[in-house]
Amino acid sequence: MSFWEYANPKKFMGWTAPVLPYVFGAAALCLTVGLIWGFFFTPDDFRQGSTVKIIYLHVPAATMATGTWFMMLAASLVWIVRRHHVSALAARAAAPIGLTMTLIGLLTGAIWGQPMWGTYWAWDPRLTSFLILFLFYLGYIAMWEAIEDPDTAADLTSVLCMVGSIFAILSRYAVNFWNQGLHQGASLSLDAEEHVSDVFWQPLVICIVGFVLLFVGLVLMRTRTEIRARRIRALEARARRA
Amino acid sequence: MIALLLRDLRLAVRAGGGFGLGLAFFLIVIILVPFGVGPQVDLLTRIAPGILWVASLLAALLSLDRIFALDFEDGSLGLLATSPLPLEGAALMKALAHWITTGLPLTIVAPALGFLLSLASEAYSYLLLSLLLGTPALSMIGTFGAALTVGLRRGGLLLSLLVLPLYVPTLIFGAEAVRRGADGLDATGALILLGMITAGCFALLPFATAATLRMNLR
Repeated sequence: MSFWEYANPKKFMGWTAPVLPYVFGAAALCLTVGLIWGFFFTPDDFRQGSTVKIIYLHVPAATMATGTWFMMLAASLVWIVRRHHVSALAARAAAPIGLTMTLIGLLTGAIWGQPMWGTYWAWDPRLTSFLILFLFYLGYIAMWEAIEDPDTAADLTSVLCMVGSIFAILSRYAVNFWNQGLHQGASLSLDAEEHVSDVFWQPLVICIVGFVLLFVGLVLMRTRTEIRARRIRALEARARRA
Repeated sequence: MIALLLRDLRLAVRAGGGFGLGLAFFLIVIILVPFGVGPQVDLLTRIAPGILWVASLLAALLSLDRIFALDFEDGSLGLLATSPLPLEGAALMKALAHWITTGLPLTIVAPALGFLLSLASEAYSYLLLSLLLGTPALSMIGTFGAALTVGLRRGGLLLSLLVLPLYVPTLIFGAEAVRRGADGLDATGALILLGMITAGCFALLPFATAATLRMNLR
């Protein structure tokens, strides 16, 4: 019995079916608690007023936007090395979720930036690198859609994901070259001097856990859909041949 | 390897179109900019570094799909893959041929077009140097993108969607070097980083390109 046995599509379908409701349930619980606590039971910031509460959507979405790319990178590596189909399908399933998270991060950031910085958009390093990440997600998804043969598509998108990761990190540091910009530093650092005040921190962590659980649930669900879609295609191909 | 390089160069020069097209495109984009933003000299001077870099990037993009498409169609790419020459070397030569037919001419005519945009006089040497350092990276990244999309019937649009985000770091450092040169600041840092990107691309991307070609030829 090894860890990799869970990558067998049939086993994967078997163990995800009972797990999914718990994951979604826990995600809903965390998000409900975190968001209600954050929105109604934290004080207004003395400078930002109530707009600070958008942090409970903005920071988790932004965290997941980069986290999703790393998950796709790991899944791509597994596909290249061990050729588990579920892994490639999970990477494919995660991409639109990452795209959505990036979009949520950018939009909530714009809504937050308008009252605070006086502008919806600035060519700030962090904002710019997220816009570039958005483009990378678009390219990755378009690549999957464009290639007909599923194995070739998985191969090529894996290579794209790996090369893209290097260039995404490069871009992140390249835009730093301009200046530090408007965006604040790390809000989540474990160093108490740097991160946001404790009253905001606790519900924020709950929200992030909720977002991670939501992401895991969505990826599992979408991977199941991809597996089913592939089975249907295999059945159709067999029916055509018969 | 040299034979492959010469073959690609000869094809690019003789088979018409490809060679001059990128240059003509570069020229037209640069000429269109003053029509778009108006003829104020000080404004043009300020935006000239960025415009020159963006235009050369687009011109390099224009001829990318030609790198592998023709060889893929007539089967010579398959022959290359089975030849004793490693596919990595072939990818490197393809990128080099693309650079010699687009990047190098672009670099040579760029100062003349900088004159049209009234680029600051201190910036010319930086423009030349940054393009010389940066355009090889554009060709190598583009060769990788071309290898990714070679099997697709209408890969052109996808190719630009894939390649343009990869061009971002090169563009930032290249344009920044020229801008600093124009402002009389120290541009060594940007130039060094630009050179690092080019060196890194040439060290790593031939392997990725060869891997994607093998996947596409399978």
